[in-house]
Amino acid sequence: MLKFLIKGVFRDRHRYFFPLLIVSSGVLIMVFMLALINGYMDSFIRQNSGFETGHLKVVTRAYSELISQKPYDLGLLDIQSDLQRWKQAYPQLDWVERIHFGALLDVPDSQGQTREQGDVIGYGVDLLSSAKERQLMGLDKALAVGKFPAQASEILLSDKAFRRLRLNLGDPVTLIGSDVYGSLAFMRFTVVGTIKFGVEALDRGAVIADLADIRSMLDMEGGAGEILAFFKTGKYDPTAVKRVRDGFNRQFSDPEEEFSPLMLAMSDQNNMGYLMGMMRYLLGIFSLVFICIMGIVLWNSGLMNGIRRYGEFGVRLAVGESKRHIFWTLVLEAMVVGVAGSCIGIILGVLISWYFNIKGLDVSVFNRNSTLMTEDVVYTYVSLRTTLAGFIPGVLSTVLGAMLSGIAVFKRQTSQLFKELEA
Amino acid sequence: MNKLAAIVLLALCLGLGAALPDASAILRAVDANLTSSSAKSSTRMVIHGKRSSRTVGSINWSQGSQKFFTEYTAPPREKGTKMLKVGSNLWIYSPGTDRTIQISGNMLKQSVMGSDLSYEDFMEETSLAEDYSSTVEGETVYDGRACWILNLTAKKPGKAYYKCKLYVDKTRSVILYELLYAKSGKLLKSVQYSDVARIGTRWYPRYILFKDELKDGRGTEYFVESIAFDISIPPGTFTKASLKK
Repeated sequence: MLKFLIKGVFRDRHRYFFPLLIVSSGVLIMVFMLALINGYMDSFIRQNSGFETGHLKVVTRAYSELISQKPYDLGLLDIQSDLQRWKQAYPQLDWVERIHFGALLDVPDSQGQTREQGDVIGYGVDLLSSAKERQLMGLDKALAVGKFPAQASEILLSDKAFRRLRLNLGDPVTLIGSDVYGSLAFMRFTVVGTIKFGVEALDRGAVIADLADIRSMLDMEGGAGEILAFFKTGKYDPTAVKRVRDGFNRQFSDPEEEFSPLMLAMSDQNNMGYLMGMMRYLLGIFSLVFICIMGIVLWNSGLMNGIRRYGEFGVRLAVGESKRHIFWTLVLEAMVVGVAGSCIGIILGVLISWYFNIKGLDVSVFNRNSTLMTEDVVYTYVSLRTTLAGFIPGVLSTVLGAMLSGIAVFKRQTSQLFKELEA
Repeated sequence: MNKLAAIVLLALCLGLGAALPDASAILRAVDANLTSSSAKSSTRMVIHGKRSSRTVGSINWSQGSQKFFTEYTAPPREKGTKMLKVGSNLWIYSPGTDRTIQISGNMLKQSVMGSDLSYEDFMEETSLAEDYSSTVEGETVYDGRACWILNLTAKKPGKAYYKCKLYVDKTRSVILYELLYAKSGKLLKSVQYSDVARIGTRWYPRYILFKDELKDGRGTEYFVESIAFDISIPPGTFTKASLKK
């Protein structure tokens, strides 16, 4: 039966060409858009986790209550032995320690007197012992001028601040902040490079310094404001993240102790859970809208087909075929076209997405006024889920369109049949 | 009968008014105890932080209410840090960086060594009578001493504390308790003074408990270990050059 129907569909160009064209182009668009959104979401997660949230983050309970203020004075002190235990307990994670701090950057003149001053946001990260942080924070790409710190007391400064403070590479500067006990803390640094992140808040005045220097400046030996953890696979898996977070907090966190460590998932921080939920919601809406639009278009196409095959249905009814049988053969034919069209759409969609997965798509024009931390070039990401998400609506919309137009079969009056055929 | 009652009431009011002394006279007496032509003190500040307490030692020199010089002696991390105030300017010298930085603007609101005192507190002029208009609210017994309660309002804008309530020891003219308010009426800081001792011709508190009311914590204890008034101070002490010495 199926073989007969397939032959019937593909030997009649009018039956397959238009629906196939619509379904395949619709699925192509769907697969590409889903791959693009997935790529954008991946970029968003990668950028935000690398720079800010980690896949998971450990802070003290007191710190977590004021986390938006980055209160390093409530950070983790003398944490090295605990960190070793956590590393052993969770070998699937990579850990990095960071200190975020606010400071005043003071530029001296030749007499050692203040020439310029500016507020900066500081990041104390491990720059000297490994290249991990460079990769996580995207520093290689962000480096505008100069080089990376190669020894203690060397820093990177945001390019805008560097120009505003009329600095040259190699100039000495003094960072003035508060140490972990609230005393004024001073440390002399040399600016060896500048960075541009493309995010206004950071580009206005960010300082990246080695963690050991910042620990020394802020009197936080062996401590950190935050400890970020990343899955070694590099992929953010919400289920695994929640499992690790809950296990960690059960094992290592004491709700009664304000300086006890507390693990937060990425979705617990910076409204990320809401943003990721919104993106998933948008994907759902996108699929639904796609099915509706395609369904309507294919319904229309089915109706046109029904008019063209009006006579054929009449004859089939006359020779004794039931209306229900005709309806289901129409649905089956649509399914054949839907499957074929979706396969073509998926192949084309995957090919185009693959191209942009390698070359990337420049979306910097949309990021100009954005405060979200996203990359300027988005690399599409195709997965089995993406292809299925294109395939299923492709078939569904074709079947839905055929079912809607096929209702007309039930309205057909056999009593008028011969008159119609004579005419 | 009504006339008699009115006369009695008037007499009572006048009598009560007569019992309250002039508030500026009390403030001048307080100023006389606190200020001197010059002074040198050795102090210890115990700062009770959220996690731990630490002790900061310092030696201080002052000349009038305009010049002030402090050298921190402990803990080791702070040793050698110096602070100089001349008029409305404040500088900090950090031996680690060999830099002298002027503290101004928002930085003045920063805490001194993590204590409940801010740099702004150091910038305050010490003459209460000159800076504040005052009224006597009444009297009370505080810490076992009979005290006047004074309400002070800043005469000039820009003061760190717009309003103050003072409990002043009636006989020794020393503040025993002080509440410092913002213009909005919000309580910013409370200060308790005790261990009042006779030093030369004046009464002086040797223990002060500062409490920043906007922060959690047990406050900062300030111990005056030794103090000498009207002494000769080496010339050049109150200059920027002395910071690097």
